[in-house]
Amino acid sequence: MEFAELIKTPRVDNVVLHRPFYPAVEGTLCLTGHHLILSSRQDNTEELWLLHSNIDAIDKRFVGSLGTIIIKCKDFRIIQLDIPGMEECLNIASSIEFEVIEDGWHSFLPEQEFELYSSATSEWRLSYVYKGFAVCPSYPPIVTVPKSIDDEALRKVATFRHGGRFPVLSYYHKKNGMVIMRSGQPLTGTNGRRCKEDEKLINATLRAGKRGYIIDTRSLNVAQQTRAKGGGFEQEAHYPQWRRIHKSIERYHILQESLIKLVEACNDQTHNMDRWLSKLEASNWLTHIKEILTTACLAAQCIDREGALILIHGTEGTDSTLQVTSLAQIILEPRSRTIRGFEALIEREWLQAGHPFQQRCAQSAYCNTKQKWEAPVFLLFLDCVWQILRQFPCSFEFNENFLIMLFEHAYASQFGTFLGNNESERCKLKLQQKTMSLWSWVNQPSELSKFTNPLFEANNLVIWPSVAPQSLPLWEGIFLRWNRSSKYLDEAYEEMVNIIEYNKELQAKVNILRRQLAELETEDGMQESP
Amino acid sequence: MEHIRTPKILHSQISTIEKQATTATGCPLLIRCKNFQIIQLIIPQERDCHDVYISLIRLARPVKYEELYCFSFNPMLDKEEREQGWVLIDLSEEYTRMGLPNHYWQLSDVNRDYRVCDSYPTELYVPKSATAHIIVGSSKFRSRRRFPVLSYYYKDNHASICRSSQPLSGFSARCLEDEQMLQAIRKANPGSDFVYVVDTRPKLNAMANRAAGKGYENEDNYSNIKFQFIGIENIHVMRNSLQKMLEVCELKSPSMSDFLWGLENSGWLRHIKAIMDAGIFIAKAVSEEGASVLVHCSDGWDRTAQVCSVASLLLDPHYRTLKGFMVLIEKDWISFGHKFNHRYGNLDGDPKEISPVIDQFIECVWQLMEQFPCAFEFNERFLIHIQHHIYSCQFGNFLCNSQKERRELKIQERTYSLWAHLWKNRADYLNPLFRADHSQTQGTLHLPTTPCNFMYKFWSGMYNRFEKGMQPRQSVTDYLMAVKEETQQLEEELEALEERLEKIQKVQLNCTKVKSKQSEPSKHSGFSTSDNSIANTPQDYSGNMKSFPSRSPSQGDEDSALILTQDNLKSSDPDLSANSDQESGVEDLSCRSPSGGEHAPSEDSGKDRDSDEAVFLTA
Repeated sequence: MEFAELIKTPRVDNVVLHRPFYPAVEGTLCLTGHHLILSSRQDNTEELWLLHSNIDAIDKRFVGSLGTIIIKCKDFRIIQLDIPGMEECLNIASSIEFEVIEDGWHSFLPEQEFELYSSATSEWRLSYVYKGFAVCPSYPPIVTVPKSIDDEALRKVATFRHGGRFPVLSYYHKKNGMVIMRSGQPLTGTNGRRCKEDEKLINATLRAGKRGYIIDTRSLNVAQQTRAKGGGFEQEAHYPQWRRIHKSIERYHILQESLIKLVEACNDQTHNMDRWLSKLEASNWLTHIKEILTTACLAAQCIDREGALILIHGTEGTDSTLQVTSLAQIILEPRSRTIRGFEALIEREWLQAGHPFQQRCAQSAYCNTKQKWEAPVFLLFLDCVWQILRQFPCSFEFNENFLIMLFEHAYASQFGTFLGNNESERCKLKLQQKTMSLWSWVNQPSELSKFTNPLFEANNLVIWPSVAPQSLPLWEGIFLRWNRSSKYLDEAYEEMVNIIEYNKELQAKVNILRRQLAELETEDGMQESP
Repeated sequence: MEHIRTPKILHSQISTIEKQATTATGCPLLIRCKNFQIIQLIIPQERDCHDVYISLIRLARPVKYEELYCFSFNPMLDKEEREQGWVLIDLSEEYTRMGLPNHYWQLSDVNRDYRVCDSYPTELYVPKSATAHIIVGSSKFRSRRRFPVLSYYYKDNHASICRSSQPLSGFSARCLEDEQMLQAIRKANPGSDFVYVVDTRPKLNAMANRAAGKGYENEDNYSNIKFQFIGIENIHVMRNSLQKMLEVCELKSPSMSDFLWGLENSGWLRHIKAIMDAGIFIAKAVSEEGASVLVHCSDGWDRTAQVCSVASLLLDPHYRTLKGFMVLIEKDWISFGHKFNHRYGNLDGDPKEISPVIDQFIECVWQLMEQFPCAFEFNERFLIHIQHHIYSCQFGNFLCNSQKERRELKIQERTYSLWAHLWKNRADYLNPLFRADHSQTQGTLHLPTTPCNFMYKFWSGMYNRFEKGMQPRQSVTDYLMAVKEETQQLEEELEALEERLEKIQKVQLNCTKVKSKQSEPSKHSGFSTSDNSIANTPQDYSGNMKSFPSRSPSQGDEDSALILTQDNLKSSDPDLSANSDQESGVEDLSCRSPSGGEHAPSEDSGKDRDSDEAVFLTA
């Protein structure tokens, strides 16, 4: 069904738009297939373009014949439309309230990143064992595995790991050849089932006499409980060269509730300071940030400082596992702190690795219908990246706006990149043929300039963030974005850009003059010499 | 002790000394400083430890001004330079800048030789219509005779901010002269037919004062006043609040909940907001309503000073410049008799008098800097250094409790001025984003009217400033200052090049042969982060577990992580730099950062693999 068919009233005049920090705008409201548009039909007045897919919840109110629709967006913005006429108002409300399912026009671009990445070492090979997504629907068609393990063994290991997610290479640390592997939990169950091929796979790249660490993102208690459902964790007896570390990163509804509470706290308009702090604390959002970052730092520390291999998994290996593997790379790998490198990281560690974006980001903080698989896992990851960026403001090629943009597109996008739950689904949807990739839009020079950090200076080192609570503030750029004016902060950013641009401009001028002078002087010399 | 890299702490900075339980390595002494540094000394012999403890206790509590550092501190300046330093900040110049004296306000000599009020300065501005009789009468009706005087005059609309102490009204007393004094203040502002009287205390406190024959203005007795309470708590509440917050800062690896709960429980940010709210209210009354405001609390030297200076800072861009900020502190704090000696415990005294009053004002300024990053000429470091010197007693500015005491002590002849010192090193204190023609540097700063609790944030740059690891590892301010410095060099070079080019072209036209110097090779090499770098080491990420045995950067591993930080700052202040630039040293000393593996050197040197296995097993 085409969405356009749902539009009962495509156009209403004399609609008044209220937004925080802007004067009310009166104009014409139009509904198109994908957007809600409000235009005052005057020059130099901003128009509102709102994607239907950005709408998280709608409230309707009537005073006499004047209807009011309050639209709450997935990016936490709240806007209000006053619509004259009850019928028009109801029509508009019911049109935009409908959830857009038809996403055939969205798009996706496949990445060659994988091959580029795996070319660094001879101990690993590409495996096409999952081509066709037969064995594990959440893995991409190509994965990197130890060279000494053949596809037959991989199939066996797949039966021993949750969702068929056998250990694959996530990151190769060039400095010392250590790697991060990730997987689903081992299906040991209550009777301590084991799998020789799994043990062989994990030990395949372990150096003689060296040890590895298995980081289980669940607490020991939680991990033990999963045994009853057939899950479990690596028994020491069967993996003697490995040390297991349990961390506890929360999942699913706990994270979703945390987000809901946090956004509610940010919208709280009471005058009371204690109430704000206690609500911030009660949301636990920053606790999750601290826990995730700490685990990622620990993983990075094992690799870089201990020179140890690590395997990371939780239960499915599609959420907390990916938070940890991708953040560890931000810490360890300078390339992942560049724009291209970060895009590649998201492709590799989130999209190809099968983070179920569709399920996790279908709704946001305002929606009442709670689905148990919704969780701001990706947003937490972006928040952690922002925290590191805040501590190392000169070491990232991208700026805060880049992270905010990714957040917006993960929840609502005109591009196909974040659609579907994994590669298999995206393939079936033929997104590559049907839609545009986010990256092909972002990487245009005109767009890139908005996302480039003017302070960036390539820093080839490992960066160790602080995880002390004092060092981890609330990400205002996301959570207070619509609650406070950012005018003065924007001005400061602009000022900073100007300072740096002016410096570059002068450098260019000086270089030209120097060259001119040098030329003139050689001419001079030539005139002199004959 | 090897791991203490020549720690240098002024005795005056010592806040508390605590002897802790003896361990195998020796006797630990925990020293907490007023600038929020914490160090632990481990002294092998119990008896030595006790001796050190006793002498430090004595040294930290001088009883005579002459014992303070500023009387022996000699920055190698001659007499003339010292005198110039003291006249750098000139308050009479400041009143001239405000547009005074004028048709409505005059300089009064009523307090010559401190005859009326010994905690006020001699030079005071009062309404022209306030006669000596009115002033003296009013002073008798005010606590400690601190009668209403001008603090700030807003020349755009003639509104003013005046300050005083509480009236001695009790339950029914009134004073004609005091009422006339307020009338005079109202008349000095032709634009408004009323005066706001802002009592910065909570209403309950003010009412309790009535029983002691003090209190607040009765609106029935004073014509055309609008009376307003703004509940800022007293110095005892503030002292306890800071204490609680510092306890939170001191926690060893606290959880996020511990921290946020502790921060909330301390009430610190609530108090900061209360002070800001009062300042915002007054600034709005003056700039938007055009009404004059009389501010008082009890004695009018703590909350009143905070609120008047915050309001002035919001109203007048001059106070947001380097020099203007010094003037502001000189005026609202030093000259009006804020009791520096009592509040910051320079001399041994009543511990109940100690309270972080000016610390709170300094934090308010920082909170504003976070909101308006282009509005201030100075940077965070400037605020931190001022805070440091309020306690250091290295300069004479903040000695004593009043101008009178300072004059008697001949401070200006015997000590040096901090302002001259800061001014000389102003390059370190500039905010690169400040531009005199920027919109944020013009006129009043407007804060949002909607409640913004989230606007107020914990200032880790102050309260955890000796925990280098907690601060952002790269300083945007320093980076931009380096860029600007280079820009200036480029501008000069550009000009020189253009000149030379022109000359050569002329010469060539004349067909004369001139040899010119080789152009200099490019000096530009970017702002290499590794130039000004410190090593960055992983911290304790294993939570409460025993620390991860990480190698310290000095032991090889050169590329571990070299990053630009505040450390490269050429800190102009010898004492500050000694206290602040030793990232690893500080971590070890403070004993708060378990990552410095040197607490247990044996573990660090020996490759005890089992010990780190334990780390993860306990996980």
